[in-house]
Amino acid sequence: MNDNISTITVMGGRNKIGEEEPIRRLEIKGGDIIALVGPTGSGKSMLLSDIEQEAESDTPSRRRVFISGNNGSKEGIIAQLSQTMNFIIDMTVGDFLKMHASSRGIEETAVVSEVINLANSLAGEPINMLDNITTLSGGQSRSLMIADVALISNSPIVLIDEIESGGINKLKALEMLSLKGKIIIIASHDPLIILIADRRVVMKDGGMCRILETDEKEKELLRDLTALDNRISALRDTLRSGNAARVCV
Amino acid sequence: MKFVTVAGPPSSGKTAVLIHTIRHLLEDGQKVTVGKIDCLETDDGDRYRKLGIPVIVGLSEDLCPDHYYVSNLEEILALAKANNASITIVETAGLCHRCAPAVAGCLSIAVIDNMSGIDTPKKIGPVLSTADVVVITKGDIVSQAEREVFREKTGLINPEAEILEVNGLTGKGSIRLKNIIAGASNVDTLANKDLRSSLPACICSYCTGETRIGNSFQLGHVVKMESI
Ligand SMILES: Nc1nc2c(ncn2[C@@H]2O[C@H](COP(=O)(O)OP(=O)(O)OP(=O)(O)O)[C@@H](O)[C@H]2O)c(=O)[nH]1
Ligand SMILES: [Mg+2]
Repeated sequence: MNDNISTITVMGGRNKIGEEEPIRRLEIKGGDIIALVGPTGSGKSMLLSDIEQEAESDTPSRRRVFISGNNGSKEGIIAQLSQTMNFIIDMTVGDFLKMHASSRGIEETAVVSEVINLANSLAGEPINMLDNITTLSGGQSRSLMIADVALISNSPIVLIDEIESGGINKLKALEMLSLKGKIIIIASHDPLIILIADRRVVMKDGGMCRILETDEKEKELLRDLTALDNRISALRDTLRSGNAARVCV
Repeated sequence: MKFVTVAGPPSSGKTAVLIHTIRHLLEDGQKVTVGKIDCLETDDGDRYRKLGIPVIVGLSEDLCPDHYYVSNLEEILALAKANNASITIVETAGLCHRCAPAVAGCLSIAVIDNMSGIDTPKKIGPVLSTADVVVITKGDIVSQAEREVFREKTGLINPEAEILEVNGLTGKGSIRLKNIIAGASNVDTLANKDLRSSLPACICSYCTGETRIGNSFQLGHVVKMESI
């Protein structure tokens, strides 16, 4: 599926007040990471939903969305991650991943341990192949969903709505996803995630109001933030495993 | 007149999806009448009436809801005609997952939900296997991986159907369903049309109100398991 890198073009529509939205055209290419920023209710989820449905002036925003580059079939080109999603199936992690892989036409079972290893490299508490998938902690579930989308779903477009990413190595997670030329569009309030993105679309009153590139200064800031985030993660692991925290400089 | 049947297990999201879809149809100037068949009780009539459209609710009570549904399809169509509707939509849950038969020549929509477990598609029989369109709901609360597996299992049971994911809460995906309904072929009458599947045979003493257990009370079409 990823041989055919997609391009998404969003043609601007109107905002919640009925005015033309300032951004008339947003073009997103394979490998791009785009953040959607703005307060709750500013229209981030709506934009994700328009993209998912390939809106044709037929949603409240009247936007038009074109997805090109895939071989005609729209099935399976978009994968989603959101805060409300949970694993509900009563199966072990290993069995479920095998089943998912097979439904995607992947018969080699090696992918199962690849997914688990990747998930474990994103979050602190390790996931075991034999764990029941519904008993995973929030952080484990998120990292498993991300690893699964990266390696099994393999869709060229990934839409992410506000995932709680505490305890997950965000930089690595997004890098893993955007590898192989995927398009990542992520609605977020998290400064680290917003700055990892190459560009961010500022949403206001339901409309796309500005597009900002992450500049050099911000990239520098991102390095500081990443270091800080890593320290918090390390500290979390230390305290969790019953050790005393020591000030490290 | 377009005549559309919408079936699927209880609480799979039929009404939630239809409310969004009908709202889009009304915006397009269509006139919609809804018939709802259930067994004992339902609030669906009130939910549809809030759209300001004519609604008829039939409760089968002591009858098999699917037999009752088939016997009343023409009555629902008659009401729709009397209201000058351009589209009739019949919602039914079906009793035993097997029935709620679709009508040949009329658009048939099955609604199933991701929460019901990945074995559901193979359990529900003709409701799913004879549908033209399968709507899958509640994709917002399960993982992407489970959605993909569920969708694949659905496709194995009914490879011909168009599969749509619709969110019954937000209505996401319902515009596509609206377009499919608007493009359905027209029918004038249901008389002489065929069901796409037969209903299970069911003529035994329990069908006529028997409540006692025991071989001597079991008359008519009775099938026994071989347990020893
Ligand atoms: N999270 C979520 N909930 C949904 C979705 N679709 C429906 N629901 C909820 O599921 C419940 C049942 O929905 P209904 O539309 O009443 O289901 P139904 O199939 O019409 O049920 P009956 O007519 O009683 O057989 C309601 O609480 C809905 O709000 C969905 O896509 N996502
Ligand atoms: Mg209902």
